[in-house]
Amino acid sequence: MKKITIAVMLVSALALTACSKNRFNGQDGTAGAGTIQPGSANDPSSPAYFNQTIGDRVLFAVDQSTLSAEAQSVLTQQATWLSNNPAYSAIVEGHADEQGTREYNVALGARRASAVQSFLIERGVAPNRLKTVSYGKERPLAVCSEESCYAQNRRAVTVLTSAAGS
Amino acid sequence: MIALVQQDGPLRIEITEGVIEPLPFAIPTFQDESGTAGAIADEISRVIAADLSGTGLFREIPSTSFISSVTNFSAPVAYPDWKAVNAQALITGAVTESGGQITVKFRVYDVFSGAELGQGIQIVGTTAGIRRIAHKVADTVYSRITGETGYFDSRVVFVSETGPKNARSKRLAVMDYDGANVTYLTDSQSLVLAPRFSGSGDRLLYTSYETGQPQIYVMDVGTAERRALGTGGGNMAFSPRFTPDGQGLIFSLEQGGNSDIYRMDLQGGGLQQLTNSPAIETAPSFSPDGTQIVFESDRSGSQQLYIMGAGGGEPQRISFGPGRYGTPVWSPRGDLIAFTKQNEGRFHIGVMRTDGSEERLLTASFLDEGPTWAPNGRVIMFTRESQGSDGAAGLYSVDISGRNLRRVPTPDSASDPSWGPLQN
Repeated sequence: MKKITIAVMLVSALALTACSKNRFNGQDGTAGAGTIQPGSANDPSSPAYFNQTIGDRVLFAVDQSTLSAEAQSVLTQQATWLSNNPAYSAIVEGHADEQGTREYNVALGARRASAVQSFLIERGVAPNRLKTVSYGKERPLAVCSEESCYAQNRRAVTVLTSAAGS
Repeated sequence: MIALVQQDGPLRIEITEGVIEPLPFAIPTFQDESGTAGAIADEISRVIAADLSGTGLFREIPSTSFISSVTNFSAPVAYPDWKAVNAQALITGAVTESGGQITVKFRVYDVFSGAELGQGIQIVGTTAGIRRIAHKVADTVYSRITGETGYFDSRVVFVSETGPKNARSKRLAVMDYDGANVTYLTDSQSLVLAPRFSGSGDRLLYTSYETGQPQIYVMDVGTAERRALGTGGGNMAFSPRFTPDGQGLIFSLEQGGNSDIYRMDLQGGGLQQLTNSPAIETAPSFSPDGTQIVFESDRSGSQQLYIMGAGGGEPQRISFGPGRYGTPVWSPRGDLIAFTKQNEGRFHIGVMRTDGSEERLLTASFLDEGPTWAPNGRVIMFTRESQGSDGAAGLYSVDISGRNLRRVPTPDSASDPSWGPLQN
């Protein structure tokens, strides 16, 4: 019994840390109107522009993985940005709301991530720059148990990574 | 379920449909025969009483109402005194401790027949294992009175949860069926989901995100050593369960966004695709005889339950009621399938016959899911999660007639229980 708690997965912990370091989170764009602050959300070559100005996520209807016109518009801009910024790759994370069983939601998140991946590839992003993962209902963004939160959680998020960090 | 107490015939509970009046029993604290085992005798007596009362089939008579005491395990039983307090069953025992070894003797009496029920039994164990000894005594009593195999000397693997709803940490843990002796099997560095015991209780299958992708691992429960099952190619693999022979597994594998059910052996070979449709196919569970697999699919447009042969082939849909059905689990007796049902914004745990008939919903709440069977097929444990931003998951059990809903105590929030076999 004593041995059991020793099985700490150090390797995986390191791998996850490395992974999160390669992610570029949005930064607050504090530049004044008309000026372009490098790296800010109004610098079209910045990850902040991708995450905030274009939008890094698209939302889905209940149980669905079809891309709305609005989602397609966002993803078209994401594809353009990725084409213009070859130093970046991306992991598309698929998510579901809590109104479903665990396994089904993992599969549903996979469908959503794949729908986004396929769309980006159709718009010219090289397949080897895009990976997918599903978190099912395990990583909700909004925590209330109402449709206003569920709608935010039914999402696919295109998370930028450095091209080298494959 | 009914407690049919025939005062003129042998003591017996028939576990069938109907109303239940729990059978009253008395368990005077077991005798300390070595003079050093008083605390142990007390704990063993308490665990036995809790096991029996916890089934909802038995009711303990408080010792404060006893007329006579038991001072000698071998002395004749004063039946009239136990009849007078309406004890239908009497359990007596004695404990000896010697150099860390514990010996427990016990007898079960049918008070109204004035006769011993079965032979006296002696169980030997260690001081570290006194709860297991008690569970074995309770299993024997349960079995003698109900005619069914017990389930008290068993363990449950589950996911222990901490942290807020939008940043949950999860780790694998194993405990006794009643929540005692929790041991953690992983740390919370990686998200883990849905562990499943092997039929022999020595190994687990589970899904972990330690590579960043959901992948299936097999773990030795005794040593907590684990290895990834190379399900291949960076695709997501999840929802594993052992084959009945313990040599292989069935699981879901995702390719291009589509999840189908596959089988493979535990060495990573023999990958075989069992379903092939653009729908979500997941949550497979073998029949105990290994000939059939029940699973969920949304090929009809919503989640429903299907049964196919062990090698795949055209599945038969078995769920037809309103709402959607998922997470089917075949009972160890082979007669029923437990499932999660979602209908009109509520979740239910239910059971149905393997042909889909006689559907019966056992629970209802904001979110109930993931049933697992007690080894005797009479009780189901599941996850219940509360609503809202402070929502948290806990483990509950209910018997298959929908009675005796109970929370299973865990140190933190808990989900995804998998009930192991009766231990040897």
